[in-house]
Amino acid sequence: MGRARTIYGALAAVVLLAVGVPILVPSMATLVTLILAKSIVVLGIIILLQAGQVSFGHAMFFAAGAYTAGFWGRYLGVGDLVGYLLVGTVVATVLGLLVGLFVVRYREIFFGMLNLAFSMVLWSLLEKMFHYTNGADGIRIPRPRIAGMTFSPETFEFVLLGVTLAIAVAATIATQRYLDSPRGHMLGAIKTNETRLEYLGVSARRVLLIGYVISAALGGIGGVLVGVAQQIATPEFAYWTKSGEFVFIAILGGTANALGAFAGAAVFELVRFYASAKLANTWQLILGLVLIAIILFAPNGLIGMWKRRRTAEAAR
Amino acid sequence: MTGKVLLQARGLVIRFGGVVAADNVDIDVIEGEKLAIIGPNGAGKTTFLNIATGYLRPQAGTVQFEGKEITAHPPREITRLGIARAFQIPQLFRDHTVIENLLIAAAAANNRTSLFQPLHDMPERAEMEALLDLVSIGDVADQKAGELPEGKRKLADIAVALALKPRLLLLDEPTSGVASSEKLAIMDILVSALAQKRVTSVFVEHDMDMVTRYADRVAVWNAGKIQTIGPPAAVLADQSVREQVIGI
Repeated sequence: MGRARTIYGALAAVVLLAVGVPILVPSMATLVTLILAKSIVVLGIIILLQAGQVSFGHAMFFAAGAYTAGFWGRYLGVGDLVGYLLVGTVVATVLGLLVGLFVVRYREIFFGMLNLAFSMVLWSLLEKMFHYTNGADGIRIPRPRIAGMTFSPETFEFVLLGVTLAIAVAATIATQRYLDSPRGHMLGAIKTNETRLEYLGVSARRVLLIGYVISAALGGIGGVLVGVAQQIATPEFAYWTKSGEFVFIAILGGTANALGAFAGAAVFELVRFYASAKLANTWQLILGLVLIAIILFAPNGLIGMWKRRRTAEAAR
Repeated sequence: MTGKVLLQARGLVIRFGGVVAADNVDIDVIEGEKLAIIGPNGAGKTTFLNIATGYLRPQAGTVQFEGKEITAHPPREITRLGIARAFQIPQLFRDHTVIENLLIAAAAANNRTSLFQPLHDMPERAEMEALLDLVSIGDVADQKAGELPEGKRKLADIAVALALKPRLLLLDEPTSGVASSEKLAIMDILVSALAQKRVTSVFVEHDMDMVTRYADRVAVWNAGKIQTIGPPAAVLADQSVREQVIGI
């Protein structure tokens, strides 16, 4: 199918960029890792947006992943990235199931705000339980082994980038498959006509819960990778502005398919990286202007803009 | 008319404030028939469909489907037992194409819950395309449901219900909202589709012409009671029905 070919083509471009840029500019390796790791989290936001639901609390799963790595290092000694990823995913999935059972009963603003509330509870716990979490200072995450091997700091950066890229590509393909499946299409049915969905014999809550748990798992994976890349987990990881950032990236990139996550995360992180270096106090202003421009001129995000151009060219 | 009773309601009572929509109503739907329900506005016709599909809970009375108690079961469960519903205002997934609407219904009916099998590659696809042809809207299979003209939207709504392979289809004014020139065509398509799929049907209708033409039996629902029930010719000849319901 043409659509599948487009997605694999675009993914090949992502891989090329993610490998090529750090080879040419080695100092960019960590930045590219962060872009890829965040795009994994944003995939989860895109899943929920199919159902028309915006979570303003997904940073809680992101933080759950990062703190899994943090606590592991602090209480069990430095571990292996594979272990961090497995346990971090399980922790985020279980948390997603517990919170999800509650929030999937609500829609729209209530859904968004309840997610926000849960994430802020987690944020408070991380801030106040100083004895276990170091409060606002956060927990340092020393470089873990990767599949049993220990790497020097320079090599580690590149290996982590490779692992993150592989996971991001696999997560994107899996997410797109899910969105193309009947369960994925039923998310869109929740958005347009939940009553009819129930009259087809389908539990809309269950459809949304499955999507929610998957999106929580993706948040956990992204959290482990960002925590390891930045070597720290802080309560900020669970703060509402972090949740807002993920939603921002999803809208920036476009929510029609899983590819928007990459485009959005890349533009967001690059604007932030350069704007914060040059305009220390006003870089949020730049991001705000970028978002306004996207909403006004490309309501379907960067991917939507690119698709529109392609359609226009094909018509010519 | 005799035959196996598919849906049986006994002693249904439901009031909304001062309005009595059902006042101790008994009604049977016989397998294979097309039962029309007529009556003045606000008489309780749609309320009956809402009770039968579990959308409303009656204050008293029971509904049985194939001998099984379904009173106040959730719509989802009743749907799975084999009662489907088409709506007065078509209820479609407007951002999905027409064929996708049907495929989603087929996935629901056949429990296709794999997260990795694409909707478009489902084995039911050919069957759903045939169903669209059966209701004469095969030409708009790949159009977004939200962009269809009203007549085709009505037919798509019926096709989605039929995709569930129901035993009983409840239709709320299948021809309301379409031009009168289109009504006969839509009913012809509907009736032949029901016959081919062997689906029993109940339809709420205002248009007496439609009722005489297409129904096997007519129930007159008036002020929360069934005033009379029987073959269309007999019912519509009834003087009190003519005065109170038809207005002649």
